Amino acid sequence: MNDSFLMAILVSALFYGTPLLFAALGEVLTERSGVLNLGVEGMMLMGAVVGSVVSARLGGPSWFVLGVAILAAMLVGALTALLHAFATITLRVEQTVSGLALTILAGAAGLSSYLANVWQLRDPVPHQFTRIDVLGLAGLPVVGPLLFHQTFLTYLSWVLVAVGSWYLFRTRAGLNLRAVGESPSTADAMGLNVVRTRYVHTLAGGALAGIGGICFSLSIVPTWQDGMTAGRGWIALALVIFGFWRPVWVMLGAYLFGALASLSLTLQAQGIDIAPEILDSIPYVMTIVVLVAVSAGWSSRRLSAPDALGTAFEREAR
Amino acid sequence: MDRRTLLIGGLGLAALATTGCVTNKGATSAAPATAAPGATSTAAATIKAAWIYVGPINDGGWTQSHDEGRRFAEKELGSKLITTYKENVPEGPEVAQTIETLVKDGNKIIFATSFGFGEAMLAAAKKYPDVKFLHATGVWHSEQPNFGTYYGATEEAKYLAGIAAGKETKANLIGFVAPFLIPEVIRHINAFTLGAQSVNPAAKVKIVEIKSWFDPTKERQGADSLITQGVDVIVNGGDSPAPGEAAKAKNLGWVGYDSDQSANFPDIWLTAPLYRWGPYYVNQIRTALEGTWKKEDYYGNLKDGFNYLAPFGKRVDQATRDLIEAKKKEIIDGTFQIFKGPLKDNKGAERVAAGAVVSADDLQKIDWLVEGVS
Repeated sequence: MNDSFLMAILVSALFYGTPLLFAALGEVLTERSGVLNLGVEGMMLMGAVVGSVVSARLGGPSWFVLGVAILAAMLVGALTALLHAFATITLRVEQTVSGLALTILAGAAGLSSYLANVWQLRDPVPHQFTRIDVLGLAGLPVVGPLLFHQTFLTYLSWVLVAVGSWYLFRTRAGLNLRAVGESPSTADAMGLNVVRTRYVHTLAGGALAGIGGICFSLSIVPTWQDGMTAGRGWIALALVIFGFWRPVWVMLGAYLFGALASLSLTLQAQGIDIAPEILDSIPYVMTIVVLVAVSAGWSSRRLSAPDALGTAFEREAR
Repeated sequence: MDRRTLLIGGLGLAALATTGCVTNKGATSAAPATAAPGATSTAAATIKAAWIYVGPINDGGWTQSHDEGRRFAEKELGSKLITTYKENVPEGPEVAQTIETLVKDGNKIIFATSFGFGEAMLAAAKKYPDVKFLHATGVWHSEQPNFGTYYGATEEAKYLAGIAAGKETKANLIGFVAPFLIPEVIRHINAFTLGAQSVNPAAKVKIVEIKSWFDPTKERQGADSLITQGVDVIVNGGDSPAPGEAAKAKNLGWVGYDSDQSANFPDIWLTAPLYRWGPYYVNQIRTALEGTWKKEDYYGNLKDGFNYLAPFGKRVDQATRDLIEAKKKEIIDGTFQIFKGPLKDNKGAERVAAGAVVSADDLQKIDWLVEGVS
């Protein structure tokens, strides 16, 4: 049962969907504050390279090294996002331009590769996130492989989805955040600190993208390779729209996208002849469909993007 | 919105981005050499040589192996050679600019190691007849006297690696993670499969085409999918160690490509076809120094040591090692031909009649997979 085709797809959906989930969850927080950060790819790579160097150089037991790697990746992701926050919130640079610049600056032919070169990262890292057999239940039919045989990162992502949902929709701070994203001037009039809220959530988004990066460098491909995220930062951006800026929907979307990526290869291996390009493009097609549906007014208004997304806030310009 | 702030900020970021993405810095190593005492008067005393790389020199694969070749040449030729390299040069208009700079800096021999650099190299060769231009993996075989190409018959090493995999598989099913099904890769898959079947007639090879030259996650996903289909040996078509990680998670044998990962994957490592660029570089530079350089389109092989196999892993037993060694000898002395008929394609049609051998030209454009590949 656990070896069936469907199970294989589901297991791989969770494994390959996890980095997307972290990055998209972070971007949800950022975009909920009204800041669009297209630099996800760059932030992920920065997290990935720093996680790699921690695993390669730091001594100590694995749990300690990996814990430090997560914190370091979050820190460097947040610092990378700080560039974007400063440019767009303080300097009020066009958010699209700044985000793209961030991806180029930190991305495949930029800072992350430079650091990897300086740090001489080339072998598989010694400390990796591998699957944990929780309570020895991994052998249970169906739920075993899905719920009790994941990496620590996947469990962490589940906690973050729960915390994120609760924070956004059940706390005062989450309400304030959404207010800032919908109408910064109103929020400002209410006495909320728009600039601080946007800074904090842009940095939080960067921190989560950093963890998304180490899913690649410490778990999926645990050897540093320049540009190893290979465009998954962009899929995460599409995922935010696909998931209507909601953590739980984003999680389902991440696993759906993860499943589709594996499906095309698994079907190929089974000798079923579907052009892999078609399956690979489905995430983007679905995102466009969602965008069209939303903008055509097919879905209700409350499902759509934060109103102030992508616009700078300037107090005098109210 | 304050437009001036926006403009200045935007420009600043754009500038940041531009400086960030261009990392093709040159590094000149080896001290400028003075004419060695007693040097012959006819040959040049020193020569400047330059390398243009598409990736970073620590990519753990392709570019790294070329850079090892460059350093090998430095060591061999000592003070007679001054080298420069440019890394991360994109396959685009930048190449022509890079070549111009290198020529102006006095480099007399330039190596470009990516397929997409070919046209710019050929154009530069016409412009600068006294500089030698050499292009790896290219198909721009031209009459231009100062332009040459170089690559090799890696299918020979792939065949030998296939023997190791054919002996390793218990399920008689081997998984091959292919980047793109272009003639080069098809040639490699076919040779590999024939190698596996030479020791295990029941062996079949399952392939997934991941449609990317560089996507380590997809390479691992491809390997995972193959494992789900029951393969018990994984073979790399690209050079990322990611498929090895998939194999390691299930404790399955792994054949790498292009980089020796034997130390990193001791439990699952079988072997890998590797390239040795150094001797070619030394030969080109030395003949240029001595004034005896002649244009050639070099195609290396096992015989001249251009292709070789990585050290075997512990899963490869002595009998198999001996078998591979014997086959290698036969390939080297020409008594064994890999693509010799009768050969059928994977649809069952006969492609090569008994006794016939696929010509070198046909191998360069091969578009059919041998029997047993699916």
